[in-house]
Amino acid sequence: MHPGVEGFMYPNEVELQWSILIVLYPFITGLVAGAFILASLERVFQVEAVKPTYRLALLTALAFLLVAPLPLQLHLGHPERSFEMYLTPHRSSAMAMFGFVYLWYLLVVLLLEIWLDYRADIVRMAQTAPAPKRWIYRLLTLGSYNVSPASLRLDDKVGWIVTVIGIPSAFLLHGYVGFIFGSVKANPWWSTPLMPIVFLFSAMVSGIAAVLLLYVVIRWMQGLEVDMRCLDAVAKYLFYAFVIDFSLEMLDLIHRVYEADESFRTLDFMVHTRLFRSQVLLQIYLGTLAPLAMLAVTQLFKLDAAKRRILYLVASCLTMVGIFAMRWNVVIGGQLFSKSFLGYTTYKVEFATREGLLPAIALMLLPFAILWVLVKLLPPWGGGEPART
Amino acid sequence: MPDSRREFLTDATKFLLTTGAAAAALDVMNGVASADTARYDAFEHWWGMTIDVDKCVGCGNCVRACAKENDVPEGHFRTWVERYEVKADRLHPEVESPKGGIDGFPPSTAVDIRTFYVPKLCNHCSDSPCVQVCPVGATFDGPDGVVLVDQSYCIGCRYCVQACPYGCRYIDPRKHTVDKCNLCYHRISKGLTTACCEACPTGARKLADLKNPDDPVHAFLRENAVQVLKPHMATGAKVYYRDLDGSVR
Amino acid sequence: MWKDRLRDSGHLVRLLLLVAVAVSLFLVVRAAVIPDSFGQYGHYRPGALADNQKHPLIHAGQAECTLCHEDEVKARNAGKHSGVACEACHGPLAAHAADPDAHKPVLPAVTPLCTNCHEKDAAKPKWFPQVASKQHSEGMDCNSCHQPHQPKL
Repeated sequence: MHPGVEGFMYPNEVELQWSILIVLYPFITGLVAGAFILASLERVFQVEAVKPTYRLALLTALAFLLVAPLPLQLHLGHPERSFEMYLTPHRSSAMAMFGFVYLWYLLVVLLLEIWLDYRADIVRMAQTAPAPKRWIYRLLTLGSYNVSPASLRLDDKVGWIVTVIGIPSAFLLHGYVGFIFGSVKANPWWSTPLMPIVFLFSAMVSGIAAVLLLYVVIRWMQGLEVDMRCLDAVAKYLFYAFVIDFSLEMLDLIHRVYEADESFRTLDFMVHTRLFRSQVLLQIYLGTLAPLAMLAVTQLFKLDAAKRRILYLVASCLTMVGIFAMRWNVVIGGQLFSKSFLGYTTYKVEFATREGLLPAIALMLLPFAILWVLVKLLPPWGGGEPART
Repeated sequence: MPDSRREFLTDATKFLLTTGAAAAALDVMNGVASADTARYDAFEHWWGMTIDVDKCVGCGNCVRACAKENDVPEGHFRTWVERYEVKADRLHPEVESPKGGIDGFPPSTAVDIRTFYVPKLCNHCSDSPCVQVCPVGATFDGPDGVVLVDQSYCIGCRYCVQACPYGCRYIDPRKHTVDKCNLCYHRISKGLTTACCEACPTGARKLADLKNPDDPVHAFLRENAVQVLKPHMATGAKVYYRDLDGSVR
Repeated sequence: MWKDRLRDSGHLVRLLLLVAVAVSLFLVVRAAVIPDSFGQYGHYRPGALADNQKHPLIHAGQAECTLCHEDEVKARNAGKHSGVACEACHGPLAAHAADPDAHKPVLPAVTPLCTNCHEKDAAKPKWFPQVASKQHSEGMDCNSCHQPHQPKL
């Protein structure tokens, strides 16, 4: 018998197909979608309070979006063939269509919105920045230095339209990631129509929490004051999104328990044994109930700014842990049981291999490096307020 | 004028001949028809398999023959045999398949328990979940109903492995692409049966051509109570089991 | 008026042109590298059908064996093992069929071969002849009494 196998697995099922890298993929795209939705709150729904996070949220989304395909690429058996997905995309494949959703989101939504929003700054810096940097800005101007009020008004209008298109696009992006899992009828742990919408709301939760953390950390690193009104507003949205997310996940759970189809005994056993730590302890107690309780406290009681800030930060950190655990439990949990419902296997994380922990950590740090460069290149707060009327 | 008319006619004939020949040559190149066109035309077949559970003795011949014929890497299986033990409560059957049954099974001494062997292989589904999810078109339903893999086109994303409800797919560690039973496509396209069917001593498994009116499969399907695996998955599986116990997954 | 408009949207026009260039570049590259006649029969490369046929034969098949070994086949067909193909016991022999002199088959060890199918096992179908070999023959080789091609005593 294979070590780590309990009961019966189909002989080809013993080794897991999707590793920790595939856990990173929905986690990272979730951060992108969540951060963008937070940014669009200010733009489309005119929530003034979250304005200080607007540009940061956009840059965060971009930094993570650039990294999102890398874990997939690293995991492929033949990465050099991945372009086939754009050459001969199979229309019935959720994964093939994701390639286009990704490109659409990156090029049409995110890059365009950032470019339009920063254009005045880019033009100014193309004229004033020192030599090596100036070349980048010049390239970004596309050779047009026109920042007349009329042209900026036009940018604002187009930007608004892009954001309006961007919201459903962000929903599509992460809903689609959920669909990639939710549409696998062979796997009862994944196969639920709730999967895309659960992924979507958990994306919003993780994205908002990430921007909140980044905002506080970057302000602190730059020695600037944190705008408490903004933090309160962001935390409020985090709380609301989390309540919806949690309700959806509970709905899914209750539905599974009540329906108790042929897979139920197997999955139930798995949750109580192999997934107990990551699902029950990490995801539900530590990563969901604890931060929800903290956020509820800040909503219900009048606390002073310092206490609120601590609670927000701790809650956001726990949220990130909880959402990562959720991605882990979906991706890895879905492969720990046999499709014969008669046995279980184990996932052992390797370290310094192509799909090991080391590249996973590197891929998780990479967006922060990119964000650092982006913040240097396109300062979210420096150089005055966004050039909009 | 007769000359030019004759010229026109010969030209037209030439044109018809060359285009016809070109089309035929293209089909040969693509392997849809063989050079000897009488021999294999993929559009003339619709392949599947019949498995008579009441004839399987668990000898493992099929697993060995398949591994040798197709150079299947160790620890991976295009076909395998499972042994079921179902107790009276029918709740949780005990199933084993040591090394896919490639070395046979130690004799079972179970008493008062329903126990039997079940051979498994790719079901060559006509509504294959694996084909549906392949992002690039590297796995596909051939014109003859065989689910095939294009080894030079597979990107190794493993989505199809996840999508197969039967656990029939694996990643070949030497090629880093997916692989599975291709119903011995190199054999059946030459008029031979599959390696597993060739080696099966009891005739428990038989290659079936559902488009051939003389194939015994039609009588088999007519005269027996036949079942496919996981019918609720609606995959259009074409491996038909006779005498299959309800506990088999 | 329209001149002003054109000037103020100049940067957007440039962007559109850039996108148009990128898209056409993609389409050109795609047309150049897409496999020949992809999609002719379905969403796949038709050449893959031929690729799947290319694999060499390892098992020769019953018909091939009969070409030379007609006597053995006749003898076997007269008995209980009539449905058992040569290669079920003798192993894959396409190499032998292709070049009989270069590839001499090795005769398989007979007792493990017999017990492989006929060892008593509760999971085997009841109709199938099976014995607990230890008690049945007390260590004697099966072919001391049974001939594999015609197993009946």
